[in-house]
Amino acid sequence: MSAHEQPPGGGTAPGPQRRAALALGDDALVLAQRLGEWAGHAPVLEEDVALSNIALDLLGQARTLLSLAGDEDELAYLREEREFRNVQLVEQPNGDFARTIARQLYFSVHQELLYGQLAGGRGELAELAAKAVKETAYHRDHAEQWTLRLGDGTAESRRRMQSALDGLWRYTGELFQPVEGVPADWEALASGWRNVVGAVIEQAALTVPEGPQSSAWSAGAGRQGVHTESFGRMLAEMQHLHRSHPGASW
Amino acid sequence: MTTVLPERGSGGESGPGGGDARALDDADRLAVFDAAIAADERIEPRDWMPDKYRSGLIRQIAQHAHSEIIGMQPEANWITRAPSLRRKAILMAKVQDEAGHGLYLYSAAETLGADREDLLDKLHTGRQKYSSIFNYPTLTWADVGAIGWLVDGAAITNQVPLCRCSYGPYARAMVRVCKEESFHQRQGYELLLALSRGTPAQHAMAQDAVDRWWWPSLMMFGPPDAESSHSAQSMAWKIKRHSNDELRQRFVDICVPQAEALGLTLPDPDLRWNEERGLHDFGTIDWSEFQEVLKGNGPCNEQRVTQRRTAHENGAWVREAAAAYAAKQAARAAAYAPEAGVAHTPQAHTQQARVTTGAESTGPEQHTEGGPAA
Repeated sequence: MSAHEQPPGGGTAPGPQRRAALALGDDALVLAQRLGEWAGHAPVLEEDVALSNIALDLLGQARTLLSLAGDEDELAYLREEREFRNVQLVEQPNGDFARTIARQLYFSVHQELLYGQLAGGRGELAELAAKAVKETAYHRDHAEQWTLRLGDGTAESRRRMQSALDGLWRYTGELFQPVEGVPADWEALASGWRNVVGAVIEQAALTVPEGPQSSAWSAGAGRQGVHTESFGRMLAEMQHLHRSHPGASW
Repeated sequence: MTTVLPERGSGGESGPGGGDARALDDADRLAVFDAAIAADERIEPRDWMPDKYRSGLIRQIAQHAHSEIIGMQPEANWITRAPSLRRKAILMAKVQDEAGHGLYLYSAAETLGADREDLLDKLHTGRQKYSSIFNYPTLTWADVGAIGWLVDGAAITNQVPLCRCSYGPYARAMVRVCKEESFHQRQGYELLLALSRGTPAQHAMAQDAVDRWWWPSLMMFGPPDAESSHSAQSMAWKIKRHSNDELRQRFVDICVPQAEALGLTLPDPDLRWNEERGLHDFGTIDWSEFQEVLKGNGPCNEQRVTQRRTAHENGAWVREAAAAYAAKQAARAAAYAPEAGVAHTPQAHTQQARVTTGAESTGPEQHTEGGPAA
């Protein structure tokens, strides 16, 4: 038991359920934060709307999930980098539009398949999943359509899309690491994910990246609170104001 | 507009008839137009209208659209730092709404024959303006509340009368915009109230924000009536229904009791109730500051336009890719079913990539809750 077993935000939920809510909640929260950085910077106004729409959906999921584990704001704003349980994929910087779309494709297919599985179960996670799967289907469609447009668009967009898919591939293995408290068939998830993502990439006239889906040492590291370098900076920005006024309500 | 001549064309363009017949025609059309305005009827895109009515409206609607999208920046500046998840969600939704308002308004301008790309280009090159208020910086979280309360409040005071504007598409856009803006304004007020009733540091933050945003908000109503160049014609054409000074006075009278309820003061030593007028007297606006901001010398003018232009330039390859893809898809559809004309749409094309998740029935078209504005 490390000190990290008792993070802020209370701890009413039992261990595995709390760990499940934190893992999935942190995924959604961190990706919503990244997408929020796009506001006012998108290539067309319609994408400003779409990206903030997706960010809002994810933030809504994060709030529901974190509330299952404790107080949403204490959990979001008062945990340190080492206490976050999100996969490293979602914390990756936005990069160019292709990089953001590749991250969206990888993650939204994962989320749609996972929530599709969980929606059939029971309990609070199943309830959340049943609602969220409708949102993630939309997110996946958005990412899929843009992967096709960029992959099968111009030479420049094709080059950027391939490079984005290649660059983020190493972070995808972590998506299939079992999470305690999440009653999923992880092998089915992994093979379903490869089928869907592979089909989209091939249809976009791109190449499915080769090599391991994670570097040898970091597989599953995000779930253990080991993150990449840009994550701490992202949290510093996200948490600064809240931490500057301890005990204040907003 | 119900009374129309049999031949309805777009204003100002020479038809094949030309010559004297056309001059007479325009006089008749002007009479019909004037009668429609006098009868408070709506002018619609296919109706004849004076060239200056058309060009004036394009300018006004475009600048309104530009204000919505430039106005995303000062608030988006705080999305990543919002101090609670609830506030972050509200702010994200608001900035998203603003992009949606920009889209409605560009569509309204396009009904007059303008082109969105061209209007954006005019914004990016400084040939068209946007509201002066967005050239002020958001320096603290409380500024997000002050913008909601004061800036959206001023915008609503200006825009509610536009819901009765003589040009139908603009009036209808304003109905939708005003509903959402009123919601944002209440949220901004509530944000400030939470700060005002919070810790001493939060209260001070709220007061500081109101001190900085009050005068710029009053400037949103434009120059004094005596110096407002477009006002007379806009009012004659019922595009505008009230003068700048009337609306500004109305706004001050609304804000004073709200400030009291907030427990905050307005930074104007001359502000007091005038029993005789039944209105509040208030101090003199610094019109030299207003002129400087309009000329591009406000605190954030350069930054705002540069960010817009940079987003547009950085996105060029994405827009080019989308266009190239659409062209390829159209060519493929033509080759695939040249005679039947069956479009091989990207949607149909990607069905094979879908998976069984129990979510097939919920495509993007069903995603209406907070979904992307058309």
